[in-house]
Amino acid sequence: MNRFFTEEHEWIEVNGDIATVGITDYAQEHLGDIVFVELPMPGTRVDRGGEAAVVESVKAASDVYAPVSGEVVGVNEQLEDEPSLVNESAETGGWFFQLRLSDTAELQGLMNEEAYQAYVAALG
Amino acid sequence: MSEADCDSMADEGGETATLPLDPLPLAGWHRAHGARMVPFAGYDMPIQYDGIMAEHHWTRSSASLFDVSHMGQLRVTGEGAGEALEAVLPGNIAGLGEGQVRYSLLLDDNGGVLDDLMVTRMADGYYLVVNGATKWDDIAHLIEHLPDEITLNHMTDHALLALQGPGAAGALAALLPGVEALFFMQAGAFAWQGHELWISRSGYTGEDGFEISVAADAVAQLADALLALDAVRPAGLGARDSLRLEAGLPLYGHDLDPLTDPISAGLGFAIPRARREQGAFIGHAALMERIASGPVRRRVGLLLDGRQPAREGATLLSGDREVGTVTSGGFSPTLERPIAMGYVTTDLAATGTLLEVEVRNKRLAAQVCALPFVPHRYHRKEG
Repeated sequence: MNRFFTEEHEWIEVNGDIATVGITDYAQEHLGDIVFVELPMPGTRVDRGGEAAVVESVKAASDVYAPVSGEVVGVNEQLEDEPSLVNESAETGGWFFQLRLSDTAELQGLMNEEAYQAYVAALG
Repeated sequence: MSEADCDSMADEGGETATLPLDPLPLAGWHRAHGARMVPFAGYDMPIQYDGIMAEHHWTRSSASLFDVSHMGQLRVTGEGAGEALEAVLPGNIAGLGEGQVRYSLLLDDNGGVLDDLMVTRMADGYYLVVNGATKWDDIAHLIEHLPDEITLNHMTDHALLALQGPGAAGALAALLPGVEALFFMQAGAFAWQGHELWISRSGYTGEDGFEISVAADAVAQLADALLALDAVRPAGLGARDSLRLEAGLPLYGHDLDPLTDPISAGLGFAIPRARREQGAFIGHAALMERIASGPVRRRVGLLLDGRQPAREGATLLSGDREVGTVTSGGFSPTLERPIAMGYVTTDLAATGTLLEVEVRNKRLAAQVCALPFVPHRYHRKEG
């Protein structure tokens, strides 16, 4: 199991060439009560840094950018009826979508869990 | 708590750089109670404690304590203060009885809204509460238009708390027996532990509740005493916004601005017939023209299908025609669906009209509905 993190507070779990993507616990905590998640259409190609999903809290909408490039091969349909799952289990059951990686080299620049925790701690 | 303490804590929070204004008296208190602070109206303000949803529901079921000390508290005194204010405000000000509170507006010459405010008749003058983000402009406007013999005092040494919810009266009466005798839009002076309080039964949530003006150096003590009551929990600006949206109350700078007149905004009630006939207030001529011609657009409530909220700025459509704009939008915790306020052309403002709202290149169904979304539960004298 390989789990990576981004400075935009996303986690990416890689199994072979399939990456599962979600937002971190830190991110859900800061967004507050999540009321809606817009997920990409399966089959869509997303580029690293491009808009992939939208999270709406009571107060505001936030974009979720694709941490790596690939083709969307699955989305967490449970979030449609139960967006609060992201608040309850952001880093497990509250995952957003799965990508088939187009370039595994893109994983190189990402943080591991330890580096991410240090990054978050420095944010205060 | 000293200002230096507040500053160092603000820096630790990481979300605020140097603020242009002195910290509000409860800034440290909010942090000590676990609030997340954000810059708002030039101050560091609590956006939430436990979460907007929980605070929202608690307000509708019990009582929440809000710090609204960023708002401008003004005293207008001097011989003829009521008449002088009527040259600036379109309401019946001079005729207010002592302790009566009214909603009013500051208008420009074109009848555009510069701010909305609450005005109360006191024994020796008037007490005004204006919006935080506009207070400096409001003060300049009032100084310009009030005669020299009228004194305007900006009460920067006072904080303002709001206690809101069906449990507010019981909670406040535990500290201040007799406060429960006030009705909605009435105010009076009270004393607590040697501190003078000015309390009005009013608020911005649609619930019964109170707004309490207190000396800045006593506000933490009062906030502690209120929070010690089982019914009371702290709430932030996030819940205040979702509550006022459900209550259909406009927010200045979003649902109201200088390009919006009170008639289009559905605030004609703030301009009574006698003042319309008599005139002699800023914006009167433009307003009468607007009343005669009828507003081109109107403020309406919108119920959206699905779960995705439409936010401020979203375009409203009827077929392919752009017919308006959302000015406030979010998710209603009470109704568990997205709601919004916006302006639409008058022909499409009737309750039940089906429109669409464009959100991120998608069109969502929206139905015009009557405001408020959630019924007001004020403690009115009549009821």
